[in-house]
Amino acid sequence: MTKVLKSFRRKMDGGTVAVTRVLVPSGMLGAGVNREHLEQGVRAGAHAIALDSGSTDSGPAYLARGVSKMNREALKQDLIILMDVAFSAGIPLLIGSCGTAGTDSGVDWTRDIVAEIAGELGIAPKIALLYSEQDIGVLKRKNAQGAIHPLAPMGPLADATLDACNHVVALMGPEPYMRAVFEGADIVLGGRTTDTAVLAAVPLLRGASAGPAWHAAKVSECGGQCTVNPRTGGVMMSVDAEGFDIEPLNDDNQASPESVSAHMLYENTDPERLIEPGGLLDASQAVYAVKDPRTTRVTGSVWEPRPYTMKLEGAGGGAFQTIMFIGIEDPEVLANLDEFHDRLLAALTARIRTLFGDEAGDFDVSLRLYGHNAVSGRPVPKAAPPPREVGVMFVVTAASQSLATRMAKACNPMFFHFPLRPGIEMPSYAFPFTPAEIERGQVYEFKLNHVVDTEDGFELVRTAWLDLAAPAQAANHG
Amino acid sequence: MAELGKIARHVRSKNAGPFWVTVDIFFKDHADFDRYAKSPALGPQLFAELYGADPALVKHIAVRSLDVLKVSYPRPQAQGWRGERDMHQGQSFARLLSAKL
Repeated sequence: MTKVLKSFRRKMDGGTVAVTRVLVPSGMLGAGVNREHLEQGVRAGAHAIALDSGSTDSGPAYLARGVSKMNREALKQDLIILMDVAFSAGIPLLIGSCGTAGTDSGVDWTRDIVAEIAGELGIAPKIALLYSEQDIGVLKRKNAQGAIHPLAPMGPLADATLDACNHVVALMGPEPYMRAVFEGADIVLGGRTTDTAVLAAVPLLRGASAGPAWHAAKVSECGGQCTVNPRTGGVMMSVDAEGFDIEPLNDDNQASPESVSAHMLYENTDPERLIEPGGLLDASQAVYAVKDPRTTRVTGSVWEPRPYTMKLEGAGGGAFQTIMFIGIEDPEVLANLDEFHDRLLAALTARIRTLFGDEAGDFDVSLRLYGHNAVSGRPVPKAAPPPREVGVMFVVTAASQSLATRMAKACNPMFFHFPLRPGIEMPSYAFPFTPAEIERGQVYEFKLNHVVDTEDGFELVRTAWLDLAAPAQAANHG
Repeated sequence: MAELGKIARHVRSKNAGPFWVTVDIFFKDHADFDRYAKSPALGPQLFAELYGADPALVKHIAVRSLDVLKVSYPRPQAQGWRGERDMHQGQSFARLLSAKL
């Protein structure tokens, strides 16, 4: 921990506090929060509300385009409740990975919604904005210094890979949040951050032990997911010097030793050793025990400090796709789906080659037979009974949207009327839309799975302030 | 020989970041866990065959306190590639259910 943060801690409550309680109302901003639960948590002595607003789960499009997966209305509905409760209680509200991918645009989009709500509620919070989108030039210099390292299964980073990204973000640790709260932020809106760092920040700032703080945050990262009835709301994590407690916000729910420990399995490659910015959480010796019928107590979590690294995420656009869709109910075709698929695919591919020649380039046609093997893409056992219906999705991928759509149009008559075998009367399969071709847009790709060495948790992060109590001051990028 | 789908209490799959998939196999009790968690039939070769994973990178982690065998493997292509069929890999567990132990 840096000297600055040590001095922060000394100033907070005289340096030592018995316990720090963080309300984690849900696993994702916009998924819905419960006002009563939050107010109850505040009455129980919560010191902060913290949650996450992003993920890579939904695919590379959101990072590559810098737009949110969640709609504005859902986000606003949650933020109204969160801001009202937090501001009334005088406790900070921390939100990480704003706008799904945590790009600068995602932070600014969330900031604008927050400012609008503040006006509607008649409150004037001081808002810290933490940006962790990265300049490609800075990363190239880091790469040249040997400060960027690949994670399996990727290899060393080529500069051309950085150039191919539309946006690159670095996952923040807790330090920028800690500093923002220490400097008086009512609301902290962060760019891309590890889920755990947002939740661990206030306990760490108030002097909780690092092992329990990080472990509590890991368990609570998806809100109620670590409880017996995950759909009934979030959790309160209470962290002290020796361990932490997890308690659901809903009175009728329980956090059991099994539900809490099982959450360590979720979306993790290793459930016991988690690498975070600035260290490693070792939960392998943790003990999960019943504290009361609703609460689990965890002790024995260990934090091993390591040289500071931040994980990088980058995504960019590649080729374009146009799709078409048909349904088939003809029992002759359904009884011979593999043969039908192979003959149709060969015919469509040949037609594109003939019509487009060299312009076809690195194109690709794929037929996905929903009801047969579209999900797995694997061979179906010969003995399997035929399905009652299948849907066939045609996907053509090509260098431009125009080319992909012209290819789809070229395939249209054959795709809709291809007989199972030559000599059969021309069939017409069931197509539900006209025009039949749908321009699906660009294929986006995750391009980075690397970490970058940094001086500390601040080097690659910029902090700006928006103090709504002082409207004359414009937001100032630091 | 019994099928995994009949032995396990629950089997699930999910992406663990854009480049990895993780599978959790929940056994009914310690006895089943002790009997099956180290089964060679659940070894790296199965994940290579079913998912195209590099067998050298497949990780097995046995968590006896939960009677869970966790297997993590790298995707042959990153999440969202042009041929993507299951963005979360939330359905890919189904192929494991017929593995014979």
